[in-house]
Amino acid sequence: MTAVPVTGATSLRANRRWALIAAYACLGIFVVFFLFPPYYMLVTSLKTNAEIAELASNPWIVTDGVTFSHYEHLLTESSFPRFFLNTTIVTVVVVAITMVISVLAAYSLARLRFWGSGVLATGVFLTYLVPDTLLFIPLFKIVGWLGLLDTYWSLILVYPTLTVPFCTWIMIGYFGSIPRELDEAALIDGANHLQMLLKVFIPVALPGLIAATIFAFTVAWANFLYPLAYIYSESEMVLTVGTVTTLIKGDVFHWGGLMAGALLAAAPPVILYAFLMDYYIAGLTSGATKG
Amino acid sequence: MADVTLQNLVKTFDTVEAVRGIDLRIPNNEFVVLVGPSGCGKSTVLRMIAGLEDITSGDIRIGDLRVNDVPPKDRNIAMVFQNYALYPHMTVEQNMSFGLRLRKVAKSEIRGKVQRAADILGIAELLGRRPRELSGGQRQRVAMGRAIVRDPQVFLFDEPLSNLDAKLRGQMRIEIQRLHQQLRTTTIYVTHDQVEAMTLADRVVVMNAGRIEQAGTPDEVYHQPRTRFVAGFMGSPAMNFLNCQVTEENGHTVARLADGPALPLPAEQAARVRSYAGRTLVAGLRPENIREAASHDGGNSGGVPHDISIDIVEPLGRETIVYFRLGDSTLCARVGTEVHPRAGERTSLVFHPDRLHLIDPETDLVL
Amino acid sequence: MLPPLLRRKPAVAVLMCVPLFGLILGLVAYPFFHALFLATLNKAETAFVGLDNFSFLFGRQTFWMVVRQSLLFALVAVVFKALIGLAAAHAINTIPTKGQRKWRGMMLIPWVIPPALSTLGWWWLFEPTYSAINWGLTKLAVPAVPWLSDTFWARFSIILVNVWVGAPFFLIMYLAALKSIPGELYEAAEMDGAGPWQKFFYITLPMIRNIIAITTLFSIIVTLANFDIVRVLTQGGPLNTTHLFATYAFRVGIESGDIPLGAAVSLFMFPMLAILAFIILRNVRRRAASLA
Ligand SMILES: Nc1ncnc2c1ncn2[C@@H]1O[C@H](COP(=O)(O)OP(=O)(O)OP(=O)(O)O)[C@@H](O)[C@H]1O
Ligand SMILES: [Mg+2]
Repeated sequence: MTAVPVTGATSLRANRRWALIAAYACLGIFVVFFLFPPYYMLVTSLKTNAEIAELASNPWIVTDGVTFSHYEHLLTESSFPRFFLNTTIVTVVVVAITMVISVLAAYSLARLRFWGSGVLATGVFLTYLVPDTLLFIPLFKIVGWLGLLDTYWSLILVYPTLTVPFCTWIMIGYFGSIPRELDEAALIDGANHLQMLLKVFIPVALPGLIAATIFAFTVAWANFLYPLAYIYSESEMVLTVGTVTTLIKGDVFHWGGLMAGALLAAAPPVILYAFLMDYYIAGLTSGATKG
Repeated sequence: MADVTLQNLVKTFDTVEAVRGIDLRIPNNEFVVLVGPSGCGKSTVLRMIAGLEDITSGDIRIGDLRVNDVPPKDRNIAMVFQNYALYPHMTVEQNMSFGLRLRKVAKSEIRGKVQRAADILGIAELLGRRPRELSGGQRQRVAMGRAIVRDPQVFLFDEPLSNLDAKLRGQMRIEIQRLHQQLRTTTIYVTHDQVEAMTLADRVVVMNAGRIEQAGTPDEVYHQPRTRFVAGFMGSPAMNFLNCQVTEENGHTVARLADGPALPLPAEQAARVRSYAGRTLVAGLRPENIREAASHDGGNSGGVPHDISIDIVEPLGRETIVYFRLGDSTLCARVGTEVHPRAGERTSLVFHPDRLHLIDPETDLVL
Repeated sequence: MLPPLLRRKPAVAVLMCVPLFGLILGLVAYPFFHALFLATLNKAETAFVGLDNFSFLFGRQTFWMVVRQSLLFALVAVVFKALIGLAAAHAINTIPTKGQRKWRGMMLIPWVIPPALSTLGWWWLFEPTYSAINWGLTKLAVPAVPWLSDTFWARFSIILVNVWVGAPFFLIMYLAALKSIPGELYEAAEMDGAGPWQKFFYITLPMIRNIIAITTLFSIIVTLANFDIVRVLTQGGPLNTTHLFATYAFRVGIESGDIPLGAAVSLFMFPMLAILAFIILRNVRRRAASLA
C-alpha cells in the first residue's frame, strides 16, 4: 500500500526534473540561434580590417586586438550622423502625429459612439492589416505630386499609415477596458471631453499609451521600403537606407564599418526595448488578441 | 440643499421600457431609498437624476430648476458608485479634490474642504495613498468623501455597499446614517438590501417593472403594504401567501385559510372586506405572525392554534425558521429559540390574525 | 429641439475621428484605388491599356516564379516560425517563473532589431569567401554551402532569416496564451492521470488554438508581404529565383520605372490579403462577441 505512492512521487519528481532539463536545453539552443548573428556583427565591428580580411583565424572571436576605429570613422567621416539625425526627426514627428491622431480617435471610438463608428473601427483594423508593400507604388505618385520626393518629409507623410491603425486599435482596447463608472464620476465632477481625456483616460491607460508609443517608434525607426523607394540623396536618408546603400562599398573591407553602422542604427530600439520590455509585450499581445 | 421632483418620468432603451412613468417628490433633507428587484429601473432613475442618462419624457427638477437638459456637472449633485469609481492614478486627496480643481476653486479652500470631509469620515491619514492601497471599506469612505467635499444639493448612491462583506456593510450603514444626520443633504439611495432600506430611509420607495408600487415610511411599507408585490417584497423570510375565503361564522367575520384554520378578523378590517364574502382571496401572513403555541408573549392575543407537521427547520440562533405544509402550500413560521422543533414532528402553531393582509387576486391590491 | 447634451456628443466624437478618417481615406483608400487605375496604364502612363499589364504578367515565366516563390516562402517560413515559437514558449513556461523574464528578453532581440539591419549581419554571415558559418562547417568537415549563389540555398537562407526574425513574435503570443490557461486545469488533468503529452494535447493546444490561428494568419500576411530580407540578402537573385511580390514590384516599378506594371504586381497580393483579413476579422469578431 505505502510503496505505490512513494514510487509515484519519485517518478513524478523525476519527470519534472527531466522536463526542466529538456526545457533548459531547448532554451539554450534557441538563445544561441537567436543571438549569434548580432554577436557576430559585434565581433566583426570590433576587428581591424586586416583581421577581417584574414581567412585562417577563427572569425567568431577577436584575436588581433579590439579596435573602435570603425565606429570612429562612422561618426566622424561619414554621413552616418546625418542619417541618425534625420531618423530621429522623422521618428519623433511621426510618433507625435500618431499618438495625437490615434488617442483622439480611440477615445471617440471607445466611448462616444456615433453613426458609423463601428464601421470606422473595423476599417481601422483592416488598415492595420495592409502591409507597406501593397501601396508603396501609388504612394510614390502621391509623394511626387506633393513635391516631397527625395525628402524625409515624404516619410513623415506616409509612416502614419503604418503606425496609426495599430495604435488606435490598441488604444481602443485600453480605453474600452476602463470602467464606465469612472467617466461618469468624472462627468459629475465636471470634466469636459478634453479634461476627461487628459486627466482620466490617458493617465489610467498610460501602459497602453507607452506600448503604442514604442510601437510607433519601432515602426518609424525600422522601415526600409519607403525610404528606399522615395529617397536618393544622402543628405535626406534615414538610418536603414543609409546604412544599407551608402556603407556598402565596392571594396572588401567595408564589413567592419557596415556592421558597426548596423549595430549603432539598431541601438535605439533595442535600448528602448531593454527598458520597456513589459509594455512592449503587453501592447503587442493585447493588440492582436483584444477586440 | 434642495428638493427633487420627478414628474411622469419615462425612459426607453431602444425596445426596453426601463422606467414607465415615475412621480415622486423628495423634500429637502429627506433620505429616500429606492428598492426593488433587479432590473426594475432603480439605477436608471438615479442616473437620469444625475444626468448620466437622457430622459425619454417627463421632467426632473432639482430645487426650482428643471434640469432635463442640464449637464451632470451643473446639477450640483454628487454620486457614489457601486464600484467606487475612484481614479486609480490619483491619491485619495486628489480623488476627493478633482471636482473642485476642475471648478477652479482656490487651493486653500480645497484643502480645508478635503480636510473636513476626511475628518468626518476618519480617513485623514489615508490622504496620500492611492486607491489600490486601500481596503474595500476605505475605498467606500473615499468615494463618499469625494461626494461630500463638493457640498452638493443632492447625494445619489447606487448600491454603494453591495461590494462589502456583511460586517463592514453594517458598519458603513451606520456611518451613512450618521453622515446624513450631520449633513442633512437630500439623499437618494438605491439598494436591493431591505435592511439598508428599512434602517436608512426616511421614506422607502418600492419599485417594480419601471413603476412605483408604494412610497412610504419603512413602517408603512412593511406593515401596510398597498400591493401584493410590496407585501411579498419587503420582509425576509418573505410573507406567506395562501388562498382563503371570507365568511361569517358565529357572528364574526373570519378568513378561512385553505386547508387551515379560520382566523377572526379585527372589526375594522372585517368591515372593509365584508363585501368579498364568498370569494376566494389571497391571505398574506408574515412568518413572525405564526408562532409556537407556548410563546411567552401570551399566545392569547386572539391567535388560533393549528396542528401541522414540520417539513424543515432552520435554526438561526436568534430565532428558528420552521417550514411546514398547509394543503398545497409551504408556509414559513418564525419561532423562538426556547422551543426545539424537529423535522417530521407534529406540533401546534398559533396563527395571529391581527396582521393578516387580504389581497384581491384580480387587482393584487391589499384590501 | 434636442437637448445640448445630445447635440454635442456626436459632433465632438466625429471631430475627434476626422484626422484618422482623413488618413485612412487619403493615404490608404485613395492610393488603393489609384493603384487600380495605375495598373491599367501603359509604361509612360499616357494611355489606357486595360488589362494588358496583367496579361503581360501572366505570360511571363518570371512572374509565375514570383508567385510560386512567394507562396512557398510564406508557407514554409510561417510553419517554422510557429513551431519554433511554440517550442520556445513552452520551454519558457516550463522553467521557474523567476528566470522566465530573462530568457524571454534574450529571445526577443531578433525581433527588435530593424530587419533591414539584422539582415546585413546575415548577409555577412553568408558572404561567399568569408562566411563565418562555412568556417564552422568546414571545421566539422562539412563542405561549404553556397548560401546565396545557388537557388535552393538562396531560398533556404531567406526562409532561415525570416524565421529568425519572426519566431519571437509567435513566442510572445504563445507565451501570453499559455499563461492565460488556469493552472487548476493542469492539476485536475494530473489527478485524472494525464501525462505531459496528454496535458499538452488535451489542454494546452485546445486552449490556445484560437491564438495560434490568429497569430498564424497575421504572420502569413506579414511574411507574404515581406520586402527587407530578400532586398538586402539577394535582391531577387540568383536569376530572379528568390523574388517576392514586393521585391519584384520594386524592381519593376521603381528601379525599371514601369510604375503601372509595378502597381499591377503589388496588387496581386491583394486578393490573398483580403481573404486572410476576412478570416482574421471573423475570428476577432467572434472573440469580441464571446467576451462581451
Ligand atoms: N444602457 C442600457 N441599454 C439597454 N437597456 C438597459 C440599459 N440600462 C438598463 N437597461 C435595462 O433597463 C432595465 C432597468 O435597468 P436598471 O439598471 O435601472 O435596473 P436596476 O433596478 O438598477 O437593477 P439592479 O438591481 O440589477 O441594478 C433593465 O431591464 C435593463 O436591462
Ligand atoms: Mg442597478
